Amino acid sequence: MNIVIVGDGKVGYSLAEQLCKEGYNITVIDKNAEALMHTQETLDVMGVLGNGASIAVQNQAGVPDCDVLIAATSADEMNMLCCLTAKNLGAKHTIARIRNPEYMSQLQTLKEQFGLSMTVNPELETAREIARVIKFSPALKIETFSKGRVELIEFKISQNSPIAHKKLMELPAATNTQVLICAVDRDNQVHIPGGDFQLLPEDHIHITGTTADITRFLHSIGEDGMPIRRIMIVGGGRICYYLCHMLLEDRGIDIKIVEKNRDRCDELCELLPKVTVIHGDGSDIELLESEGMDQMDAFIALTGMDEENLIMSMVASHKGIPKIITKTARFKYMPLISRMGIDTVVNPKSTTTSQIVQYVRAMSNAEGSNIITLHKILDGNAEAAEFVATEKTRHLDTPLKNLRLKENLLIAVIVRDGKVIIPHGQDIIRKGDSVIVVTSEHRLTDLNDIFRD
Amino acid sequence: MNHKLILQYLGKVLSLLAAFMLLPLLVSLVNGDLIEARGFVFTILMLMAVGIPLGRLKASTTKLYAKEGFIIVAVSWLALSFFGALPFYFSGAIPSFIDCLFETVSGFTTTGASILRDVESLSPGILLWRSFTHWIGGMGVLIFLMAIIPAVAGDRALHLLKAESPGHDPGKLVPKMHQTSMLLYVIYLVLTVVEILLLLAGGMSPFHSIITAMGTASTGGFSSMNASIAGFNSLYCEIVVAVFMFLFGINFNIFYLLFIRRLTGALKNEELRVYFGVVVAAIALITINLTGTTYPTVGQSLRYAAFQVCSYITTTGFFSITQMNWPLFSRMILLALMFFGGCSGSTAGGLKISRIVIVWKEIRRALFQIIHPRSVEIVKLDGKAVDKGLVHGVCVYCCLCIFLFFSSLFIVSLDNMDVETTVSAVASCLNNVGAALGKVGPGGNYADFSPLSKGVLAFNMLLGRLELYPLLLLISPRTWRTV
Repeated sequence: MNIVIVGDGKVGYSLAEQLCKEGYNITVIDKNAEALMHTQETLDVMGVLGNGASIAVQNQAGVPDCDVLIAATSADEMNMLCCLTAKNLGAKHTIARIRNPEYMSQLQTLKEQFGLSMTVNPELETAREIARVIKFSPALKIETFSKGRVELIEFKISQNSPIAHKKLMELPAATNTQVLICAVDRDNQVHIPGGDFQLLPEDHIHITGTTADITRFLHSIGEDGMPIRRIMIVGGGRICYYLCHMLLEDRGIDIKIVEKNRDRCDELCELLPKVTVIHGDGSDIELLESEGMDQMDAFIALTGMDEENLIMSMVASHKGIPKIITKTARFKYMPLISRMGIDTVVNPKSTTTSQIVQYVRAMSNAEGSNIITLHKILDGNAEAAEFVATEKTRHLDTPLKNLRLKENLLIAVIVRDGKVIIPHGQDIIRKGDSVIVVTSEHRLTDLNDIFRD
Repeated sequence: MNHKLILQYLGKVLSLLAAFMLLPLLVSLVNGDLIEARGFVFTILMLMAVGIPLGRLKASTTKLYAKEGFIIVAVSWLALSFFGALPFYFSGAIPSFIDCLFETVSGFTTTGASILRDVESLSPGILLWRSFTHWIGGMGVLIFLMAIIPAVAGDRALHLLKAESPGHDPGKLVPKMHQTSMLLYVIYLVLTVVEILLLLAGGMSPFHSIITAMGTASTGGFSSMNASIAGFNSLYCEIVVAVFMFLFGINFNIFYLLFIRRLTGALKNEELRVYFGVVVAAIALITINLTGTTYPTVGQSLRYAAFQVCSYITTTGFFSITQMNWPLFSRMILLALMFFGGCSGSTAGGLKISRIVIVWKEIRRALFQIIHPRSVEIVKLDGKAVDKGLVHGVCVYCCLCIFLFFSSLFIVSLDNMDVETTVSAVASCLNNVGAALGKVGPGGNYADFSPLSKGVLAFNMLLGRLELYPLLLLISPRTWRTV
């Protein structure tokens, strides 16, 4: 499949990297020769220098024969124009990054007018991700499947947790709940655990189950978490705006925003009347302290500078704030960051990338059981994918214990008629079931990919 | 420097070379020449003994940087030259080892300079191997490796393409490196086969057709006849070979554009137009100069002029005359053409037309800048601005070429031959032409040079084929310093 990516920035590069790994033919268009050269030298892609909205450049990049054009430049209008041009030249699908909050209400019209197959808004998605974690405080990260029926949460085992040093098969008896531990991150190594896997303190575990079951599970091991009421956000950008909107739906949450830019402060005041806006530099610890940083339930660092975000979060961690969420733009620091006591890191780039990769993968699989949801977990080292079983799926109605599955792969959840089943050996996959699979090694495009035969 | 990674690639190249040698081995066996077959078997066993263990090495990081890319190419080509020479030595076809090396380097680098006084006495197996080295070297071994093993054409394989492929700015045809190298080899193979068929249609024997086509496709110039193409004594063959020499001097991107039916894009290519213009102008000048002085009719002058111009500008080095008794003016045009070379991205040697065009435009710009110091002008190729760094790189390349040319010239002049022979021999080897002027012109060979000169000339050929940098980086101490 041929894919053209316009814009060789952070998102463009990360998309090219990911899609290239999946084996597609990638052409990247950008105006910056230096960035383009770096991409060509480090990835097996072709670069075309020029304005991505120009017909001549798009022709040169082979847009008329391409299956997908992804416009990921920094300007929304440019992205829309790129997609419009590409559509007219004959690109089959177009995806645009549109992130201006002012366009959000007219997205449907834009999609129709410009013939867009999909729009992505990294800031909105990131805000959703943060909101989920705030609303369910024990989790470091939450992803959802099957329209929210199933959740996948990341959670760190504390030193004196009752489940530390327990084997997985002892858990159901110990906690009396229906959840499944589907992936464990130990010292940046990903394990897809079996029944005799022993949990250790400091492990990051990923649990799947219904919200109710997971809550009960966490309750039984004494990790209820406390409701988050007071939140401090440093950096009043777009993510902050979307996030406040989401959080303020619940009553009883107080938000304090610290923002450097005076004009932006005024804007925020107008847009978000219920929050307290402080004009000041968030990297000034003195200021944060005087604004009552110590009494906060959650601290969220969302400035445009990775370094500032990290330092502020470390300070917050030192002060013992229970929930700390940090935004970073660069993915490569992840292994370092988790060692510094900062547990929840959000990355708009990777959120956008997995959204688009999911779409492209579903498209490249024309028949059979399409991917419905795809989440990259554990810094992209593993993925959790949801499929629907169709008549083309092999081994339907066979007990799971008789199936020969690939290694490092786990069937985490089966959803049948809205009912969530944590599968055991005697369970079967039926036509129409949603099946959630977690794997660390394979790249799945079809449910049949999980079988060895 | 990632030594393990370099050795791993080297191992793969050597294993590939062993596979390539099966073809001449088969021909030797069919001909019943057992001594020669034994030579090939020995070499193949040695290649496997070295290549397979090296190819299995596991490097801790497989990330290929520019430095590793250049060194892999340089080391691979040196190893190819050494192992490629062994069959000549083992079979006794060429008694002195330095001569074997010279002949092999000349083969892989598609130079076509020969130390053999009597080519026709060689057996078919050895002749085939000699020409097959041309065909492999023409498009490149690492590119072949990338075409057959997708894993080699990984994320950072562009560095290998850049180091091995000729031209000022080698790039891909399609997004995937694996497919790019496959396409290049498919175009190469198809054109070669078409030429073989056309030569067969002209009554040439299958063996001679294959040897001649391999020599043309790679713009090498090894022939199965002492008198090169003149030995076939056929106007039809001369025309076919001349046309194909011209075609193989064209950037392979153009053939790809034609293949995907982007005719206008292909014909608008500035380099192609200049290439065509230079060829036509050179033929015209030489024809005028020859008519009346060397040959009586315009037709005859045109026939020989056209063939020789195509042969020298594409750096093939075939000839359709047995002796070069041309006037000096014509001979000097041929000498100049050697430096021009074909288009970038072709199998031809020389500086490449694109570099000449860029340097020419940069000179014009620099002159204009003197008169109008505040003027702003940029160098453009195909209507697009050429990056300043690239222009600078091209200028450095040309200067380096001249510098190396004179350095080699001084060493070769120790042999005390005449000026025309010495100058043209060095120019010919550095630009991968093969045939030159004077004693090494049509009908002559390099046998009379001293071993030192042969070594220097062989090094020049490698420098020319790999476009200077890989070998210079290999011998530069700075490359090997960690800090």
